[in-house]
Amino acid sequence: MSPLIQDLIEKAVVVLVVFGGLLGVFSLCTLIERRVLAFMQFRLGPNRTGPQGLFQPVADGIKLFFKEEFIPAGANKLLFVLAPAVAVVTAFMSTAIVSYGGALTVPALSFLPEWLQGRVIELQIADLDVGILYLFALSSLGVYGVVMAGWASNNKYALVGGLRSSAQMFSYELALGLSWVPVILVTNSFRLPEIVAGQAGWFWNWNCFALFPAFLVYVVAGTAEANRTPFDLPEAETELVAGFHTEYSSMKFALLQMAEYVNMITISALGANMFLGGANTGLPFLPPTAAFGLVGFLAFAAKVAGFLFFFFWLRGTLPRFRYDQLMHFGWKVLVPVAACFILVVAGVVAALA
Amino acid sequence: MIESVLFYTFAALALVSAVVVIAQKSPFYSAFGLIVVLCSLSGIFAVLGSPFIAVIQLVVYAGAIMVLFLFVLMLLNVQRETDDVGGSAPLRLAAAALASAFAAQVAAVIARARIVSGPEQYEASTRKVAELLFSPAFLYVFEATSILILAALVGAIVLAKRDL
Amino acid sequence: MASATLPAALSPALLEQPAVRVLSEALGENLLAATDFRGEIAITVERKAWYKAVSLLRDHPELEFKLFLDLCGVDFFDREDQPERFAVVLHLYSVSKKRHVRLRTPVPESDPKVQTIIPLFKGANWFEREAWDMYGIVFDGHPNLIRLLTHDAFVGHPLRKDYPQGQRHVLKEPRKWLLQVPPESEHMIVNLGPSHPAMHGCFRVQTLLDGEIVRDAEAEIGYMHRNFEKMAEARTYWQVIPYTDRLNYCSSFMNGHGWALAVEKLLGVQAPARAEAVRVILSEFSRIMDHFVCISTNVVDLGAITPFFVVFRGREKIYELLESCCGARLTVSYVRIGGLAQDVPDDFVPRCRETLEFVMDAFKQMDELLTRNIIFNNRFRDIGVLSKEDALSYGWAGPCLRGSGVETDVRRDAPYSGYDQYDFDVPVGTTGDCYDRYLVRIEEIRQSARIIRQALDKLPAGPVIVDDRKVALPPKSEVYGNIESLMNHFKLVYDGILPPAGEVYGATEGANGELGYYIVSDGGKHPYRLKVRPPCYNNYQAYPEMLKGGQIADAIAIIGGLNVIAGELDR
Repeated sequence: MSPLIQDLIEKAVVVLVVFGGLLGVFSLCTLIERRVLAFMQFRLGPNRTGPQGLFQPVADGIKLFFKEEFIPAGANKLLFVLAPAVAVVTAFMSTAIVSYGGALTVPALSFLPEWLQGRVIELQIADLDVGILYLFALSSLGVYGVVMAGWASNNKYALVGGLRSSAQMFSYELALGLSWVPVILVTNSFRLPEIVAGQAGWFWNWNCFALFPAFLVYVVAGTAEANRTPFDLPEAETELVAGFHTEYSSMKFALLQMAEYVNMITISALGANMFLGGANTGLPFLPPTAAFGLVGFLAFAAKVAGFLFFFFWLRGTLPRFRYDQLMHFGWKVLVPVAACFILVVAGVVAALA
Repeated sequence: MIESVLFYTFAALALVSAVVVIAQKSPFYSAFGLIVVLCSLSGIFAVLGSPFIAVIQLVVYAGAIMVLFLFVLMLLNVQRETDDVGGSAPLRLAAAALASAFAAQVAAVIARARIVSGPEQYEASTRKVAELLFSPAFLYVFEATSILILAALVGAIVLAKRDL
Repeated sequence: MASATLPAALSPALLEQPAVRVLSEALGENLLAATDFRGEIAITVERKAWYKAVSLLRDHPELEFKLFLDLCGVDFFDREDQPERFAVVLHLYSVSKKRHVRLRTPVPESDPKVQTIIPLFKGANWFEREAWDMYGIVFDGHPNLIRLLTHDAFVGHPLRKDYPQGQRHVLKEPRKWLLQVPPESEHMIVNLGPSHPAMHGCFRVQTLLDGEIVRDAEAEIGYMHRNFEKMAEARTYWQVIPYTDRLNYCSSFMNGHGWALAVEKLLGVQAPARAEAVRVILSEFSRIMDHFVCISTNVVDLGAITPFFVVFRGREKIYELLESCCGARLTVSYVRIGGLAQDVPDDFVPRCRETLEFVMDAFKQMDELLTRNIIFNNRFRDIGVLSKEDALSYGWAGPCLRGSGVETDVRRDAPYSGYDQYDFDVPVGTTGDCYDRYLVRIEEIRQSARIIRQALDKLPAGPVIVDDRKVALPPKSEVYGNIESLMNHFKLVYDGILPPAGEVYGATEGANGELGYYIVSDGGKHPYRLKVRPPCYNNYQAYPEMLKGGQIADAIAIIGGLNVIAGELDR
């Protein structure tokens, strides 16, 4: 078997596993979010479908699947149908460059084909040279799903929701991008594996300590980018009914939801990679490659789970910003802080070089 | 082989969308058409081995500038063009004449152009682009452009500030 | 002080009342009559002196009746003792002098016109519309005299005595546009309600949006109108009690409490001390509950969902307490004229203490989640500011009025049910924004807990209903045991409570503010006319005005703090 075919098989498997894994994590997230919120609010949450309500996402999926597809009169049919697709495609495409916890080593088991034994499989779909810039590009395209949904619905609440989200995502993308720059400066690379490798050793080598202001900006801007409370204005229920997805039902609604959750997972995974050491355990005697690389994967998964829990926690605690306060906060606090910190880091890097 | 297929696909997509941009009466369709054009261009850049330019194309044009376009369109709730904007017969005649003159010019340029294959071992990685951009050859131009953009930014804020 | 132009009926005792003296001096023979019934001053003036009388009451330095309470029509269809068929009745309150006053003017059926008093009191707007809607009384100079509570296509004036009780209309098309917008306007009209996640009930605001800014707004109410006042005219006094539960259904006990007190005032009876203490305890629990609902749903609108679940557990405990007393949770109907339906359970006091402890723990958690939260502060501070003057002019009530800096509380200024025995503070805001209204409510919850503790400490023993066979039913054992009680029971059920002829305005401090029942009695078993002064009606009236220039998100933040309850708003 030629090496090209081998590589293709490997990549195909990784793509399928990542895609399936993301779908699984997305559906689990919907359940866990509800359970976590319920716990914070003295409620039970869904716990009847399967053990601990584990099959609730399946039930939800079936329900959504059989709901009526509804396209409002006066809606722009093409864009209305296209919007969820755009949202979900950009969301999934941006997951391609995320590094999901280093590399796995296939154990040298005798029943495996020879080329597979001892093969190191990178848990990343594409290790691009432009690295996180690619993610930046796709997340900026992700806005269009929301904008199209808002405009095509022919609904005033949806339109205002679309307006809000285009302004919000645009503004916070800037802060988000600026918060990456110190990491890039320190690592001297756009590639996630190199960024992760730069944080090896003890946990105080993680970027979140040395680059704390950037980490802070990242978390806040990431929350906004994922449209989570307290930045969930585009769909502010009590103001705009459901914002840009007011008119969506059935699977189109599910796709929009999926896009949001996948974005949230991407933000979490990226944060884990860039600021929390990714696959690194933070303990030099426990390298991420230990136990065929499972240690690295678990360390990464735990960090992502921490991020996700943080997002749920926020939702259980905070009220939502007002639109203009949000813009002021983004432009007058986050962007200047991130920009100034870039100057500081650049100065330090230049001085040390 | 794959590169060629991708290139022509993107090129065709870009051309069709470009026609949509000017032919559509709804400004929204035009804007979305333009977004597709920009994305296709980005694809072409990627095929040509310039991932950095491709990504920047997406970030700046498709991601930022077009969002602002759409934002304004939504904010003003722009309607479809209803009346016939073709204008009077003399205007159409003049337009046709200008268009054909332009077409002839383009044809002449294409006819005279020599198609050469790209440089072998061409590498336009981010690092290379950066090194070139910050090399003495382009540094001055690059910085001057930055200052120009900054000035434009400040000017825009000053103009807009009046009713903020 | 007597002068030749004074009506002969004015006794010297009445003339000692500043309101009567000032008006009689200024109006002369245009002052038709003045009465003092159950300690309430009522002055009847000639129609042409109406506006002048109202402005005197408001502006005279000795009177200062600056707080608008209520304006309504009355139809004296078959009453020979009244000069004209209709009357317009105005209630005002003087915060500085702590006095109520009632001003009446007769209005003939042939020419049912009165001058509007909107220039004096902004709050009169909806009340005058309601009076036109219900009685067909025209208010000269009113800018927008159209139907308010009934539908635009409604025929007739339902509260007129000759309008049949059972008449039905089928009315379908709602009013499409509340706002007048030029067609070329680039602004967008957005409806908030009648069905909208942020509307706490079925009412509607139409807003004119410029981006996110509200340029204009207009409110429409009446979706839930069932004409409680007309229904009450065909019920005996105690049959009205279940209807009062449905006014502010978040604190239904307090409505019954107010109603019982108003009728007791009319009758001149006093409920036993134990009944009054239990009423106070349950009323204060209801107030806590109402404030919980108000604050928590308000912050749900802002996206903070957790406080809602935290305090609703406390509310659940209060419901359980009410349930232990009377078997009902939401619409309790526990009050009777002259006392309570039955005594509280034996473990009432420990149960109350336990409930209070739980409730205050939930309250503490909510307080910690919100009061110093920076996002919450940003959303509430300097939002929805209503000045003191406007609040008085609109006739705001309760926590909203106090949030605007007006220090008044019926419990303290005109104590009822023994509130004078308890120590409590009246919190007052300074700026009149959403945050002040929130803080006032927060503090009122603490003060309510204080009152409950004091009342529990000295809860007296004894009967819970008056021993007056013309007011309260005799105990069942006696009804079965002796003929006299059986007769009393029969007479009371058959004839009802028969109060003396007269008019009273019974005011209590409801959870939303001054809840007033204006009862006109002709001595019969039904109230001849009942007018509820619903506190949130006035609060909501100012809402469209408060929106203008703010953001759409502010509209949502403001509405929750006004605590508009549809049952009370539309009646």
